[in-house]
Amino acid sequence: MNGPILEVRDLTRAFGGIIAVNNLNFAVKEGSIHGLIGPNGAGKTTTFNVISGFYSPTRGQVIYQGQDVSGMKTAKLAEIGLIRTFQGTTLFKEFSVIDNVRVGCHRSSRASFFSRITGADRAIEAAATERSRELLDFFNMGHLADDPTSTLPHGHQRALGMAVALAADPRIILLDEPFTGMNPEETQRMMDLVRRVRKRGVTVMLVEHDMKAVMGLCDIITVMNFGSLLTEGTPSTVRNDRKVIEAYLGSAIDAA
Amino acid sequence: MLEHRIVKWLFALALLAGLVLLPHVLSFSQREIAVLLVINVLLVVSYRLMTLTGEWSLGHVVIMGVGAYASALFAKRLGVPVPLSMLLGAGLAGLVAGILSFPLFRMKGFYFLIGSFAAGEVIRLIWKFFSYPFGGPKGIKLIPPVPDLGSVAFYEPENYYYLCLVVVGISLFILYRIEHSRIGLTFHAIHWQDKLAESVGVDTFRYRMLAFVLASFFAGLAGALYAHYVGTVNPTRFDVEEMGFVLIWAIVGGTATFYGPILGVVVLTVINEIVLRSLGFDTARPMIYGAILIASVLFLPNGLESLVEKVKAAFSRPKQAKSAQQARESA
Repeated sequence: MNGPILEVRDLTRAFGGIIAVNNLNFAVKEGSIHGLIGPNGAGKTTTFNVISGFYSPTRGQVIYQGQDVSGMKTAKLAEIGLIRTFQGTTLFKEFSVIDNVRVGCHRSSRASFFSRITGADRAIEAAATERSRELLDFFNMGHLADDPTSTLPHGHQRALGMAVALAADPRIILLDEPFTGMNPEETQRMMDLVRRVRKRGVTVMLVEHDMKAVMGLCDIITVMNFGSLLTEGTPSTVRNDRKVIEAYLGSAIDAA
Repeated sequence: MLEHRIVKWLFALALLAGLVLLPHVLSFSQREIAVLLVINVLLVVSYRLMTLTGEWSLGHVVIMGVGAYASALFAKRLGVPVPLSMLLGAGLAGLVAGILSFPLFRMKGFYFLIGSFAAGEVIRLIWKFFSYPFGGPKGIKLIPPVPDLGSVAFYEPENYYYLCLVVVGISLFILYRIEHSRIGLTFHAIHWQDKLAESVGVDTFRYRMLAFVLASFFAGLAGALYAHYVGTVNPTRFDVEEMGFVLIWAIVGGTATFYGPILGVVVLTVINEIVLRSLGFDTARPMIYGAILIASVLFLPNGLESLVEKVKAAFSRPKQAKSAQQARESA
């Protein structure tokens, strides 16, 4: 494992008087699977949205590959290899399955405007289609390539969301609650997919509620509570951390 | 597959022959209508390109007017040769759209609709207010016509019809290619899930702007074709009532396919200008026309194009091919 690919330094994000994220610091090591957890309202999603460029930070910095990318727009971040996915099944439901992935190939399929009209972009587009098929095969969905997306089962739709993100050649992929609404079998399959994504050399950071999945998957877990860093460590340390248990279950005094 | 292709080619040939022969079966006044119809085809198809990104503008006819005014002024005041002035006019329409993109694409949906309407009215008021160079409410008269090509005089509706056919034909080809390239795919992607498109690196503002500029370029070209044929332009010609017609053509025809709006403008123009006129309901014509519109929206909510799709499906027997086709069309 190498140095950090993504770093959050003294990150604060306020909405009016409400401080959703307060002085947060953490670093994601290149090649790792990094989890971000915390009880509801801990500020995970806000952190996620600041990193991926949906919000700009009120204070502090987001450092990606040594570069300050705070407040950079989502499309620009994607351009330099930081790709996020969305909660639930955010897909181009009106497209065929493969066209979803082809849109994901946007970065690698640049061509001039005139080549689009004359058809000189054929080689580029053939390569994009080829790549899309390869990615669908990677997710075991090759046979569904020409199906309408809206008819896919839930699990496949979630995998397709990852395929779209992977098509954009991420260095780091940010997964927003990839296991929500999945049954144990689907979760198992999704965990396997995430591991395989990491094997392709992509760093993974994920926000998740499903503790079993997070514990089984992540190398490092960052725990947030009330907008601040609670603790950070390997799954086994986090699991046994008194503060984490208190944050989730309440302390003995609270319970009384 | 081969059989399919032969049918397609035969259909295209028949269509081409029909278009070429059309002026010979029409009366003089009907030929004039045919010229305007061909221009309107370009107008409504360019409008559809814009709607691919999900934004419906109310300024499209004004943008057409920008092309018309600009081409007229370039030719009349600056002495630019007419075919070139048309391209310049179209280019200027595209440029205006590019500038308008900055304020307008801060809005989406309904707000964009209102914003585009307001922007269009501002442009129209500028034409009305400044007699120089726009001629005020009376507009510009005596616009230089397209110069004769040898013995072919373009003030003849028949010849101008062929000129328009060529220009519009090339434009439609370009618009078709754009839609069926990755650019079109990206437009659709922005329409359905702009956040997801952004997450894989699509600069949605740039693509919305691109759609608007391209649509405006071809609307401007349609305006230029109009100006040098009719010989006069004025602010009223490009008001929101005309925009209403464009919307009606697009909605009645349907916007899911490339040919839907073409079907809309052709069918409605033929019904209004030829069938109803020849039947002689002079004063009742607008009422009947309105009734047809209401009926078509009630009974064909997916537009005239949905009828064609049904006929197509009935002819291609294998059921699976049919559903795959529909899926592709809706995508």
